[in-house]
Amino acid sequence: MPFTHTLQVIGHRTIDAVWRIGLATRFFALTLMYSGTSFRRFHLIIKELFSTGVMSLIIIIVAGLFVGMVLGLQGYETLQRYGSESALGVMVALGLVRELGPVVAALLFASRAGSAMTAEIGLMKATEQISAMEMMAVNPIARIVAPRFWAGVISMPLLAAMFSAVGVFGGYFVGVIQIGVDEGSFWSQMQAAVDFREDILNGVLKSFVFGTVVTVIALFEGFDAPPTAEGVSGATTRTVVTSSLAILMLDFVLTAIMFRGN
Amino acid sequence: MERTTLDLWVGIFVVAGIAALVMLAMKVGNLSSYNMSETYQVHAYFSNIGGLKPKASIKSAGVLVGRVTDIKLDMQRYEADVVMNLDKRYQFPKDTFADILTSGLLGEQYIGLVAGGDSDMLQNGEQIKKTQSAVVLEDLIGKFIYNKAEESVKPK
Amino acid sequence: MVEISDLHFAYDKRAILKGINMSLQKGKLIAIMGSSGCGKTTLLRHIGGVLKPTKGYVKISGQVIHELDQHNLYAMRRKMGMLFQFGALFTDMSVFDNVAFQMREHTTLPEELIHDLVLMKLHAVGLRGTQKLMPSELSGGMARRVALARTVALDPMLIMYDEPFAGLDPISLRVVGDLIRRLNDALGATSVVVTHDVQESLKIVDYVYFMENGTIAAEGTPEEIRASDKAFVRQFVHGEIDGPVPFHYPGGDYRQELNLSV
Repeated sequence: MPFTHTLQVIGHRTIDAVWRIGLATRFFALTLMYSGTSFRRFHLIIKELFSTGVMSLIIIIVAGLFVGMVLGLQGYETLQRYGSESALGVMVALGLVRELGPVVAALLFASRAGSAMTAEIGLMKATEQISAMEMMAVNPIARIVAPRFWAGVISMPLLAAMFSAVGVFGGYFVGVIQIGVDEGSFWSQMQAAVDFREDILNGVLKSFVFGTVVTVIALFEGFDAPPTAEGVSGATTRTVVTSSLAILMLDFVLTAIMFRGN
Repeated sequence: MERTTLDLWVGIFVVAGIAALVMLAMKVGNLSSYNMSETYQVHAYFSNIGGLKPKASIKSAGVLVGRVTDIKLDMQRYEADVVMNLDKRYQFPKDTFADILTSGLLGEQYIGLVAGGDSDMLQNGEQIKKTQSAVVLEDLIGKFIYNKAEESVKPK
Repeated sequence: MVEISDLHFAYDKRAILKGINMSLQKGKLIAIMGSSGCGKTTLLRHIGGVLKPTKGYVKISGQVIHELDQHNLYAMRRKMGMLFQFGALFTDMSVFDNVAFQMREHTTLPEELIHDLVLMKLHAVGLRGTQKLMPSELSGGMARRVALARTVALDPMLIMYDEPFAGLDPISLRVVGDLIRRLNDALGATSVVVTHDVQESLKIVDYVYFMENGTIAAEGTPEEIRASDKAFVRQFVHGEIDGPVPFHYPGGDYRQELNLSV
């Protein structure tokens, strides 16, 4: 019966997904529990900050610049129809600070740093480095996972802020310098409309949540990967797909909670 | 990689990130104009506030002098009670006139203050008595159509 | 020193170990041999406390391993060293940091002392000159020797070797075999070598256990093994294709599967 078979497949997939969510949550709790070492020996986090944060700088800055420039162009096209091109600054800044900064930076972070984390930990597992560490009486969650987790959580908001800041300048470059929108109204309308708490801090909060989720997914997939070449490559793909979907879904939920009030 | 170069790069990264945040707060956001050193509070009743919202700006002669902090419906008068914080540096006479205005045709609404001639100044907690409500675009269009309709009936 | 009594273990329903009895004396070098997939590595994992037996126990210095809590298990593991199949060096650390890893994790020794200790360990395996290299820059044999230096970094009393000879050229094989013997004697430790390299291990060990199908098939000193007339031992020592260890995996009747009979 193909129909019952389809239902079976759906049931199996659902049970499997719930299982994985449960396992990932337990993994997350263990990571938090064993975070003490990372803070007592902060250079462990610094080392990971280099590979997650610093190595993502270039892609974040270049992407931010171009997204800002596109926003400047498209925004001008739309706004000038209503004769309100002086609101270009508002549009660029709000779009970046509320949505595009946190979301696009997190998507880039997932594919740049997240996939690298999964591959690295998956390979460590495949080459028995994790078992070796365990046999040396060193907890791999405390020594390998927790520092990477905190590095991800710390770098994500900083990267998102850089993305937005660079993007605003991209919009400024196209809007004010290329097209010739009035510079004064560009900045002043922006400042009047962008609220520090409502917009900027909420954006930072979003990127903090995204950073946590992406890093946990990446680390979990790596730690859970079957110790084979296909296992690791499959886990890397799953990290990018799962965390991208998680970012977009969470973004909707967070936006609904944060900005529905007005 | 040497430990010191690594530390240096991470240092640069963190400082750049924080600088970006500060830049967003000061240059893009309104944190720099947020801290109106000291304020005093006045309130006013409007029969209709239109689309006025908390945190809307209060301007006099186009200069930002304060912000709306609270809007509620007064159940005795069935009018909107608007509480506003004004900058202590700007003092207004008791007979100041408060208008709800719109910036541009579709822009957001704000309160405009036009100073009167009284020699006594508004004190903390006092009420601005002279107010003019928001111009509601739909009402205006409604009136316009009604008038037009009347005009076209009259000649007959 | 190590006492294994009636050890059983099963993955799901598939029995891997079916009642292993062993007793390993202090200062001895013991080999566990058997064909691939006979449960040798599983046995090692029980000694290290990674797996819990379904029946029976492993006792080290009078303590039953699977009954220890995490704290005591970790304390026990500090007295053990394990060399993994391909070394399992930490790929993100230099040779020096790899050997220093356990000293930094488990002791509060000053960095100058660690420096000297690491160089002594590396000197013992003849690779003092590689301290600044990364594991990816070493040949397979050198990586195995560095891993050996790391395994004995804290002078363990029990050293386990999981296939130490796999994938080595004849020279490296002799070097590693010789090092295993010399380190064992120098430290006065007990060593367990899991291997299927019969010729090399018979040269260096004191006692041999033969495992087949989850049970001990034969045991004795190297001389006794060489002289043994048991079919299984003879097949293994001389590398014959068919014998008690069948060439064919158990399956249905060949003719019937090819649809020849009826």
